[in-house]
Amino acid sequence: MPELTDIMNSIVLLLNFVFLPALSYGSQLALGALAVTLVYAILRFANFAQGDTMAFATVITILITWLLQKADITPGFMPTALLALPLAVIACLLYVLMVDKFVYNYYRKQNSKPITIVMASVGVMFVTGGLVRFILGPEHHIFSDGPRFIITAREFKSMTGLAEGLAIKTSQLLTITIAILLVGFVFYFLQKTKTGKAMRAYSDNKDLALLSGIDPDRVVRVTWILVAVLTTIAGVLYGLDKGFMANSYHQLLLPCFAAVIVGGIGSPMGAIVGGFVISFSEMLLTYAYKKFLLYLLPEILQPSGLVQFLGTEYKFAVSFVILVIVLLLKPTGIFKGKVI
Amino acid sequence: MAYLSGKNLVASYDNSVPILNQCSIEVEKGELAVIVGPNGAGKSTAMKVLLGMLTASSGSVILAGKDISSLSVQKRISLGLAFVPQTDNVFPSMTVEENLEIGAFLRTDDISQTLAEVYDLFPVLHDRRNQLVGQLSGGQRQQAAFGRAMMTKPTVMLLDEPTAGVAPKVMDEIFSNILQIKKSDRAVLMVEQNARKALEIADRGFVLVSGRNEHTGTGKELLADPEVRRSFLGG
Repeated sequence: MPELTDIMNSIVLLLNFVFLPALSYGSQLALGALAVTLVYAILRFANFAQGDTMAFATVITILITWLLQKADITPGFMPTALLALPLAVIACLLYVLMVDKFVYNYYRKQNSKPITIVMASVGVMFVTGGLVRFILGPEHHIFSDGPRFIITAREFKSMTGLAEGLAIKTSQLLTITIAILLVGFVFYFLQKTKTGKAMRAYSDNKDLALLSGIDPDRVVRVTWILVAVLTTIAGVLYGLDKGFMANSYHQLLLPCFAAVIVGGIGSPMGAIVGGFVISFSEMLLTYAYKKFLLYLLPEILQPSGLVQFLGTEYKFAVSFVILVIVLLLKPTGIFKGKVI
Repeated sequence: MAYLSGKNLVASYDNSVPILNQCSIEVEKGELAVIVGPNGAGKSTAMKVLLGMLTASSGSVILAGKDISSLSVQKRISLGLAFVPQTDNVFPSMTVEENLEIGAFLRTDDISQTLAEVYDLFPVLHDRRNQLVGQLSGGQRQQAAFGRAMMTKPTVMLLDEPTAGVAPKVMDEIFSNILQIKKSDRAVLMVEQNARKALEIADRGFVLVSGRNEHTGTGKELLADPEVRRSFLGG
């Protein structure tokens, strides 16, 4: 039987390398997926430009952060990017409203089929992606500053006396706190406010909503406001955690879509749950369990290999496989969303 | 002059063959009027013209002595018209109470009084007010649809085939609901497929054929008219 400290060490190991990263990555996905699901529920198309819009909002945040850093306006105890966030949200909002006015609005007024609008959003995705690379290039940028850790692995080890350390990164704590607050706000808004109810009514039965006097243009506008807030915050939190690179933001589209479909398309709660299902699956399947098993198994059973189900380079395959399985077995997702 | 009347209405979709030909419909407060007739007679079209979803090329719509022919749907609703569509007449993934609140969306005053009136009229809605409308039975769903429409404090209720596709037992329940709405001093106008049942409870009946008023009279008169019986009620 393994000793108590071995069990503790193995648990801390998993918390540090699987649970915490999955929790913060899942929160970032959840925010992105919530934006996708809101667009789908209310504007009725799958927004392929989501990942690149997140990149655009992050680029604006990085530019403002650099300006603030140059002017020596840095809070010190937290990343400067958080100061840049409000302005970036406004920039992102202006961008999506402009895209809506010049692209989606045309198809909406024509009563185009959803697939036509989806294709238009693919176009928006390429243009936005190009714009992002035009401004910051394809390279990797790190824009987080301030203290990197709340608790470092070494501090944890000396506090507990364990061989394994549990490091809590500032970006992780920020991500989880902000995600909880933001999701709480979005749900309160949709469930309790008159505008939120009007948006749900519009999503539920558009004709009856119009007959009840709900202004469709206003619903569309408020939807884009929520989307801009969610998109910017999701993008910036992801960037603070893992750094910014145009291509990796573009690729976030797949796990975001997978999260939406797993949870149930058009269901806000589904998007949140889906985000965590995807992030935990990715982390659990690509983690090498060798060290974990060394703590728990008697010497004779100890593995010689890494005990890793999939290499980390295959993490996108995880989203993809989950996507396929859900579409085959339960196309409405966990929370009974719509079927495309 | 009746409270709501459409006079000599002519209307068509896309300027093609007119669906309504000099058709006249009227209903008084505290009265139930029914439009019956064969498929394609223009029953629903007549209702759409009264509501303003379709503009008549000639003829006029008069509400309480005022010509509203040129007003938008929204404007007519704010003047006291309410419409319950035949299908998709509720928000299924919202609760009963939320459905009623959305019904009162354009109102800026306190809606609690109207809410209480609707719950008074349909007590089952009060019991289920926190339940999703999509989970209600067919009859209760129709009550939610009526309730939603009543939240604007309408003086005229326009009902498009309220019993379409429901079981006979539920049909009786819905008809008794409609009589209750009528008793609250509203004018109720409905298009109905079940001509015999509808005429039994109607104060006024309009039999439309090819967009024309073929027969007009009280429900009882029409039921007793041998020609109406032969052509529309199956003997």
